[in-house]
Amino acid sequence: MGEDIKVGCARPTGGLVGEAPNAETSSPKDVPAKEAVAMIKVGKKAPDFSAPAYHQGKFVSVKLSEYLGKWVLLCFYPGDFTFV
Amino acid sequence: MSIDSVFVHKMWNDHELAKMVKGGVPFPMLSDAGGKVGSAFAVYDDEAGVEMRGRFIIDPEGVIQGYEVLTPPVGRNVSETIRQVQAFQLVRDSKGTEATPSGWKPGRITLKPGPDLVGKVWEVWKTSMAAD
Repeated sequence: MGEDIKVGCARPTGGLVGEAPNAETSSPKDVPAKEAVAMIKVGKKAPDFSAPAYHQGKFVSVKLSEYLGKWVLLCFYPGDFTFV
Repeated sequence: MSIDSVFVHKMWNDHELAKMVKGGVPFPMLSDAGGKVGSAFAVYDDEAGVEMRGRFIIDPEGVIQGYEVLTPPVGRNVSETIRQVQAFQLVRDSKGTEATPSGWKPGRITLKPGPDLVGKVWEVWKTSMAAD
């Protein structure tokens, strides 16, 4: 998924997956880490984001909410070329 | 997702990972320079400037059903992640009428929570089922 784009920056949309950002009345555009920590709970919606990606030879943009309707595994890791 | 740029992702995929996995990484390798998304998911260490080994299971409604976060030296276990997804899918397909007890994997018994099961789990589930 994702369309070919110019390389940009990853950013949280400030909203939750499947909900318009402006539905979150108190949510700022750039979610500060301290507030964001409280957003992560099992049983609650994930914070939405868009991010540049490398996929099968192309640079694309991926938005989490584009995957609504599918199961998603989102994995973070410390860095490319690390050993584990 | 890591703090590396998509250019570094390309180099890592093309020059190393493609030698481990035929055709290279099949899913998008996301870039989070600055760790903003990692911060939103509480896995970004701003002192080290990197993201921890976080793994989130997100259902078709966008709801986080489970997560696991490890510090960098220890890797995750993909089969355990797949087992959890299978369990969440079973629960979802049953519309919440079934639950998967400790150690469940496909083919093993599920539980149907309700008044008749109270105090009777020991009759249908054994501690030997808690592990492989």
